[in-house]
Amino acid sequence: MQGLKNLVLGVIAALGTSATWAGYSWSFPQPVTPIAHETLHVHNLFMVIALTLFFGVLALMLYSFYSHRKSRGAVAADFTGPKSRKQWLWVLAPFAGLLILDYGVFGIPAYHAVKMYEDTKNDAELVVKVTGSQWLWQYEFPAEGVKFSSRLTTPREQIDNLVPKGENYLLEVDHPLVLPVGKKIRFITTSNDVIHSWWVPAFGVKRDAVPGFLREFWAKVDTVGTYRGQCSELCGKEHGFMPVVVNVVPEAEFKTWLESKKAGVVAVAAKTTP
Amino acid sequence: MAHDLAHDLPHDAAHDAHYPGGLLRWIQTTNHKDIGLMYLIFAFVMLLTGGAMILGVRAELFKPGLQLMQPEFFNQLITLHGLIMVFGFAMPAATGLANYMLPLILGAPDMALPRLNNWGFWILPPAAIMLTLPFFLGIFGVGSGAVDTGWTMYAPLSVQSGWGMDFAIFAVHMLGVSSILGSINVIVTILNMRAPGMTLFKMPLFAHGFLVTAILLITIMPVLAGGVTMVLMDRHFDTHFFTAAGGGDPVLWQHIFWFMGHPEVYVLLLPICGVVPHVLSAFSRKPVYGYKAQVYGMWGIGALSVVVWAHHMFTSGMSVGGQLYFMYSTMLISLPLAVLFFCWIATIWRGSLSFETPMLFAVGFVILFGWGGLTGLVLADAAADPQYHNAYFLVAHFHYALYPTTVMGAMAGVYYWLPKWTGHMLDERMGKLHFWVVMIGFNLTFIPQFLVGLAGMPRRIPDYPVMFSEWNMLSTVGAFILGASHLIFIYNVVKCARGGVKAEAKAWEGAQGLEWTVPSPAPYHTFDVQPTVK
Repeated sequence: MQGLKNLVLGVIAALGTSATWAGYSWSFPQPVTPIAHETLHVHNLFMVIALTLFFGVLALMLYSFYSHRKSRGAVAADFTGPKSRKQWLWVLAPFAGLLILDYGVFGIPAYHAVKMYEDTKNDAELVVKVTGSQWLWQYEFPAEGVKFSSRLTTPREQIDNLVPKGENYLLEVDHPLVLPVGKKIRFITTSNDVIHSWWVPAFGVKRDAVPGFLREFWAKVDTVGTYRGQCSELCGKEHGFMPVVVNVVPEAEFKTWLESKKAGVVAVAAKTTP
Repeated sequence: MAHDLAHDLPHDAAHDAHYPGGLLRWIQTTNHKDIGLMYLIFAFVMLLTGGAMILGVRAELFKPGLQLMQPEFFNQLITLHGLIMVFGFAMPAATGLANYMLPLILGAPDMALPRLNNWGFWILPPAAIMLTLPFFLGIFGVGSGAVDTGWTMYAPLSVQSGWGMDFAIFAVHMLGVSSILGSINVIVTILNMRAPGMTLFKMPLFAHGFLVTAILLITIMPVLAGGVTMVLMDRHFDTHFFTAAGGGDPVLWQHIFWFMGHPEVYVLLLPICGVVPHVLSAFSRKPVYGYKAQVYGMWGIGALSVVVWAHHMFTSGMSVGGQLYFMYSTMLISLPLAVLFFCWIATIWRGSLSFETPMLFAVGFVILFGWGGLTGLVLADAAADPQYHNAYFLVAHFHYALYPTTVMGAMAGVYYWLPKWTGHMLDERMGKLHFWVVMIGFNLTFIPQFLVGLAGMPRRIPDYPVMFSEWNMLSTVGAFILGASHLIFIYNVVKCARGGVKAEAKAWEGAQGLEWTVPSPAPYHTFDVQPTVK
């Protein structure tokens, strides 16, 4: 018995330490673009409202389950709808609340957010063309004449569990996209074959790459760092193996990188195989 | 009319069940109970098939790395899981309930079109074989396997896919024909076969739920059939509906698919919205609250469902106006849905409650589906949607919407009417065990999926970055518990069919409706003389 008690206490203690939970994620990654900030804000607001509503109604139901139980001698009422003016008000109030929630609390900020999301052209300082391809991403800076492709570098042995997995397992590429910090970048997406979808969670943007058509979005990253994401539209067998890696660097460093790419070190074909 | 016909028959002849013995009975039957039963058994077999497939997926996702299967096989599993659950399980299960219960509830001798009914069912098994045959052939090394495009079959991936896709297209055609036949039968039966005195607004909610569903199905299934035929043409006859190189548009497929796909969600929901009030009312010993409001609510949902489809396509690229329209119209659905929730809870309120198995499943449905509905609200936000779309958050959301309805709601109905079907009462202890195993398994499967989705895990990937490991492990454990719960269900139903406490004509104290006026089990031909409803 004592052993069992110690075991249970030990498990609880282990779960209680922050170290155990450090690897867990409960919400979106730290947002680094205006859109991601807005989305996280909406998400948090929504979670508070939805959880309040859910547990509020659940509490009401549980109260009813407890106190209107036949075994407690509850006698069934026989009402089937509101009768008096006061009852009608009680019935209609939740729906008025819901309308305000839908079209006020969520609807108005959503209107502005959609406008912001789609404002790809104003003040854009750089254009990046993203082309999805089975199964890699091609990046192009059309005005600068730079074009390269970006492939998974995780070795096959890691995927097949023959060697231990690296820190950025499935989220590492040979040639990451490099972007300057603090500049509004207009992205244009398209595809060579089937529909892919370019997603970096920290940017809060996801846009499909549709073959034969151009789609747009934008991002203005406010923090230097490396950001990772994955293709998020099923595009065939290697769908899980075409990650997105973006290095966001200071302006000067970006210029140097761009020059080096222009100088002919353009890597089109990667030597490593996915 | 039906009344007079039945009345004129010699009484004894009408009561006897005339059918051949053995297998031939089931092939030839035009009896709504036989056919309803076959639908339900077929649906349950499909539930187990689709469930086994997704357990394979969950086993693979137990930890990062590829352990059990290669991505090609993984993609077949997720695709077949989706198609089987929607078209093979959920829709036939609903049609089965309608077949078995509509005549009993409406006071009719049988469905209006019995031969068509037989045909509608017997299209299903070949369709299921058509859908899954390439999968099994693929296992034995013949061909490239089953359809592997995801159940959404997005072009041009579906144009590029192997011949499993052609099988899926023909399977969809057959399943579509079957569900249209079933829907016609439901509509004709409801409009023509109601007991004298049962006006449309005295008709039980069960029938209203199925009427809206049937009309939706007739509206949307031909659109899907047309869409998959266009894919077939693109694949083999060099048309270019969905290939940009020939002037087509891949996104057109998404519009066609979701014009079917979104109402489809309500096709799965509305029958259960018809079933659940019966159960809630019976075990609250209190009449249904807001009958008319619920009827209008269901029609409202049905009408709105066909004009909101592109909220599935916010990341596909759409004009600002288009996004705003689909966002605001989607939000509008929360109103009629809230009417239903309000009425369900008000039905329970101040009743005299007891929690037999059907009631547990019904309130479980209300609670879990409540969370599914609420999470839908934030997915409607066109600007926030990209962060959830095609991530596990979305997967968890729609499983919270679909599992409580199609599985738990249907099981609430099955457990509720089981005494009427078998003549025996259920073993309550085992029924309650089933419920709690479902609740634990379901929540353990899908709560972690919400969180891993927020962390950035896309759906439909066979392998994932190590930071998603713990949640996936929990989810897999939950999925196997949930899978095991269905074995308890089989045990319960078989045990109840074989014996148990004899059920009264009115098996539940608070049960209301014509089906409880006939003996349990109900006679082969239900109402020889139609009852009159006041």
